[in-house]
Amino acid sequence: MQTIDLTEVGLRETNATLHAQAENTNQTAWEIINPRGSHAIACGLDAPIEVTVKGSTGYYCGGMNQQATVNIHGSAGPGTGENMMSGKIIIEGDASQYLGATAHGGMIVVKGNASSRCGISMKGVNIVVQGNIGHMSAFMGQSGNLVVCGDAGDALGDSCYEARFFVRGSVKSLGADCEKKEMREEHLTLLQGLLDEAGIDADPKDFTRYGSARNLYNFDVDNAGAY
Amino acid sequence: MCGIVGLFLKDPSLEPKLGAMLTDMLITMTDRGPDSAGIAIYPGETSGKTKLVVQSDAPDEDFPGLDTAIGKAVGGKVAMQVKSTHAVLEIPAGTTAAARSALADISSRLRVMSRGESLEIYKEVGLPKDVAARFDLSQMSGSHGIGHTRMATESAVTTMGAHPFNTGDDQCLVHNGSLSNHNSLRRKLRREGIHIETENDTEVGAAYLTWQMQNGATLGEALQSSLDDLDGFFTFVVGTKDGFGVVRDPIACKPAVMAETDQYVAFGSEYRALVDLPGIEDARVWEPEPATVYFWSHDAAPTTEKAA
Repeated sequence: MQTIDLTEVGLRETNATLHAQAENTNQTAWEIINPRGSHAIACGLDAPIEVTVKGSTGYYCGGMNQQATVNIHGSAGPGTGENMMSGKIIIEGDASQYLGATAHGGMIVVKGNASSRCGISMKGVNIVVQGNIGHMSAFMGQSGNLVVCGDAGDALGDSCYEARFFVRGSVKSLGADCEKKEMREEHLTLLQGLLDEAGIDADPKDFTRYGSARNLYNFDVDNAGAY
Repeated sequence: MCGIVGLFLKDPSLEPKLGAMLTDMLITMTDRGPDSAGIAIYPGETSGKTKLVVQSDAPDEDFPGLDTAIGKAVGGKVAMQVKSTHAVLEIPAGTTAAARSALADISSRLRVMSRGESLEIYKEVGLPKDVAARFDLSQMSGSHGIGHTRMATESAVTTMGAHPFNTGDDQCLVHNGSLSNHNSLRRKLRREGIHIETENDTEVGAAYLTWQMQNGATLGEALQSSLDDLDGFFTFVVGTKDGFGVVRDPIACKPAVMAETDQYVAFGSEYRALVDLPGIEDARVWEPEPATVYFWSHDAAPTTEKAA
């Protein structure tokens, strides 16, 4: 285990050290102490390493991640995991707004609640939230899965494309062109796999699936008010 | 982008350290707003007196003899304490209007930063650490206070454009965001006779609250109706004589984090601003909900009002 004290070493050198880890590095376990809510911790990683941040983080922790696993032992600031390509981010506390924005792949797990705009414009990432999510989540979501074990706020999935949403609790309101969908066998299997991968014990049968009604894909003058 | 901090003490033993704690929080928020900074602090009441904090860009010319001149105008004893570009005048209660008109006659450079029994506002252009040092903010004590670091987007970088804004006796406002209907609202409020000095959007927000309260609304009610009447982005933190309040617009894209322990309630635009507070590791930390008015007061239980 390699330990970096962020307050002593500084952000630039910390991230440079993590970036220097090659595909076949022997130093696979890293611990960052004293994060003190700093921005951009463990951003742009591209190696199969595991980084544990002991405390709460600020903006964009784990952004643009590829391959790496980032554990946040605290709460995460805005834009955590933004544009992630692969790998995994696990947040023990709560996540602030726009978690996993535009992320293309990998998995983000939140043990607490996620705030507004969770998964906005998601492009293939899987996000599993054990608690609730805020308003305008998965706005313009294009691909990937958003799993919510608690409740969802206003305007879930507004203007979404082919992203899928599974919510166990209530949905305060659905966004434009987002609708409730039938939970078929393939979805139960998919959801079970996501819950297993996230390490969360829940029954897929308790969830409801939502997704695009596909009415806004092409311009229709009758829909002008909804655009 | 701007930075906001706020600290409301439940534990009186921390009061001597309020200025130091708030100053550290303010300086941490420098990169959210490096062009100006300000702080509103409630050091305690002065019985039978009102505090007027006035500012001048030429303090050496304007402040000497100002206490005597104001004293003559209001017909009473006036104490004055000069701190850099600001002077705190203690005038007899009920003479605020007379003092204000005397100030205008003495020099057009004199501007009123705040008025109230307890409230003192200090604000200037410059880096937060320099503004804090200029007024020796870290030495101040008090029961609660709010601060702001500004990155101007809507209007000029001037002292009058800096926050906090004084909205009424012992009331003040700081804002992160931008209001988009401030021009039409400014015209409307001016027609109603409300004095608005600058083209700044936040001043209109502050004037709106003043106008609502002049028409009988409580601060909580005024904040509630701001959700309907103000268009744009805002996280507001307001200070009152005995407490502070928080409200975010329904979209809530401007960040806000709160922390509460047995000793205090703290507000920060980011968690970074809170990391050095005592016992933060075990504090309840959360983001205030959109379109919800939160209030903490020394005189009453905390309240939360969700907009319909």
